[in-house]
Amino acid sequence: MDAKPIPTELLTPGADGRFGEFGGRFVPETLVPACEELEAAFADAWNDSLFRTELDDLLREYAGRPSILTECHNLGAQLGIRLILKREDLNHTGSHKINSVLGQALLAKRMGKKRIIAETGAGQHGVASATAAALLGLECKVYMGAVDVERQSLNVFRMKLLGATVEAANSGSRTLKDAVNEAMRDWVASVETSYYCIGSVMGPHPYPFMVRQFQSVIGKEARKQFREMCDGADPNIVVACVGGGSNAMGIFSGFIDAKTRLVGVEPAGGAAVGRGTPGVVHGMKSFLMQDEYGQVQEAHSISAGLDYPGVGPEHSYLASVGRAEYPSVNDQEVIEGFKLMARAEGIIPALECAHAVAWITKEAPKIQGQTVLMNLSGRGDKDVAQMMTILGDQLS
Amino acid sequence: MKLAAHQPGALETRLREIRTTGRKILVPYITGGLTGWIDAIRGAAANGADAIEIGIPFSDPVMDGPIIQMASEKALRDGATPTSILHELRSVDVDVPLIVMCYYNTVFRAGHARFANALREAGVVAAIVPDLPLEESPIWCESADAAPIETVMLAAPTAPDERLPRVVERARGFVYAVGLLGVTGERSELATTAVAMATRLKKITDMPVLVGVGVSNAEQARQACTVADGVIQGASVVRRLLDEGADSVANYVAEVRAAIDSPLSSKR
Repeated sequence: MDAKPIPTELLTPGADGRFGEFGGRFVPETLVPACEELEAAFADAWNDSLFRTELDDLLREYAGRPSILTECHNLGAQLGIRLILKREDLNHTGSHKINSVLGQALLAKRMGKKRIIAETGAGQHGVASATAAALLGLECKVYMGAVDVERQSLNVFRMKLLGATVEAANSGSRTLKDAVNEAMRDWVASVETSYYCIGSVMGPHPYPFMVRQFQSVIGKEARKQFREMCDGADPNIVVACVGGGSNAMGIFSGFIDAKTRLVGVEPAGGAAVGRGTPGVVHGMKSFLMQDEYGQVQEAHSISAGLDYPGVGPEHSYLASVGRAEYPSVNDQEVIEGFKLMARAEGIIPALECAHAVAWITKEAPKIQGQTVLMNLSGRGDKDVAQMMTILGDQLS
Repeated sequence: MKLAAHQPGALETRLREIRTTGRKILVPYITGGLTGWIDAIRGAAANGADAIEIGIPFSDPVMDGPIIQMASEKALRDGATPTSILHELRSVDVDVPLIVMCYYNTVFRAGHARFANALREAGVVAAIVPDLPLEESPIWCESADAAPIETVMLAAPTAPDERLPRVVERARGFVYAVGLLGVTGERSELATTAVAMATRLKKITDMPVLVGVGVSNAEQARQACTVADGVIQGASVVRRLLDEGADSVANYVAEVRAAIDSPLSSKR
């Protein structure tokens, strides 16, 4: 087999919406014109300096960008590495989701849409969508799996406070996958008036590309900040958790041409890249956890935000060409990572990000003395009630 | 109106013949693997169905509303697979063409040529893949054409005028006019888009044009058939199979048959 050169730049998908063999636009005929319209509208907006200025202003003055880097001196010393966090948890609404949502909501307005639809797992994308809708005067409907409504009740209430309607998805596994199904069904019916604000680098073209572009602000800032902090060097490793994979694509995008290992950590119960095979669902061809007949399997993860059997197509591409690696960690390791970050650094990470902490902890013996940049994509406040149930009396 | 450039297959030939006699075309949809589904096929065929659409249940049916979702989940829970459904279909001895409806991952996972051949071997003549739009369809259509399996294309109300002829050109069997903006399911009234879509399509093609999605009862079928060559009835059929069993499907098909055969339906 010929060894192909490992890519050093990000792909811009052509009209077929492909990253290598992955991606595409597998949607009902009803939605094709809407995807085409969005593709054109995004290209137009992204090249319009007025739009970009408006977005940059919102990111700075509303979301609080740029997010800072924080060096974990305690945990770094404990693990024998230099560990630096990109603090997306400090953004307004508490996660990286706001970066893409502000862009998409501005775009929705520019396209004349009055209503946005969103799906959410842990509720972070739902909260961000509800927030942007409140700010920009849009109606907002959020679909959330019934199981997640239960385990993330705080975020459900937060969305309602912000004026959004939250609808529980009761079909299938009643988690993120089913929330996406419900959101797509809504979109099929309301496509003329509604904008579907997808929460990750997934879905039909142009969403995976567009959301990556909106999230690329993370990687762009991080590259510059890291060099300033570390005498012009790039990190040995960049690590982020991967469900659909938007925070990971956001930070990876800044280091694609660097000699940096890119690591996307999946939950063991939802390891689409690690354990899946190519398939087509939710408008895209990508790695997917499925059975021999192509029935999509239910993911099982302690973290609602990563409880997804698929993954964004660009991750499938990066894995297939060997540019990024996708290990997985189990729920118990995640709980340990969650506690470790809290106690060593005084930072309560989102359970999603605790996956990255868990991988770093496990990998530490092999990467002694290296610099590791971890995307801390969200804060853990939303997970405290769930962890209280799990940890209970174990904490003294 | 443009005459179809391709050689009509078995389904299209049959539907064109039916149309020539002045009869409207009735295609009930039945979820494969549901209790009583084979009896429902037989009952439908004996009571006036001109072709039957068999749904292969999928875990994530994004074009389907609550009834067909429920039917799909139930069939999957009962162990239905594409293989088991096609196997059972082989033993069905009805004199109407069989069409399979499945989501694209079912095809992709099996392999395009392998799936097309499996359909053919089960006696199926056509396929509807609702999440495989025109641009993504060539790889499947190539295998389907070779089998041969006629690939029915869906035409949606959102399609601009320049798009419809391209969709129609790739269609085999018939053109599936999506009756409304939305997923499958019963509605209290026929959406105005149903007749409007049929009208737009009849202007540009001589292929049979059938309206489906949101055609919910005999009266709505009759209304759609004032312009369309026929109708597909999904949720209203599946609900009866779920709630009341195969006999109820047979009775319902007879009722819709009578409605679209009434002289009113040919007037406008």
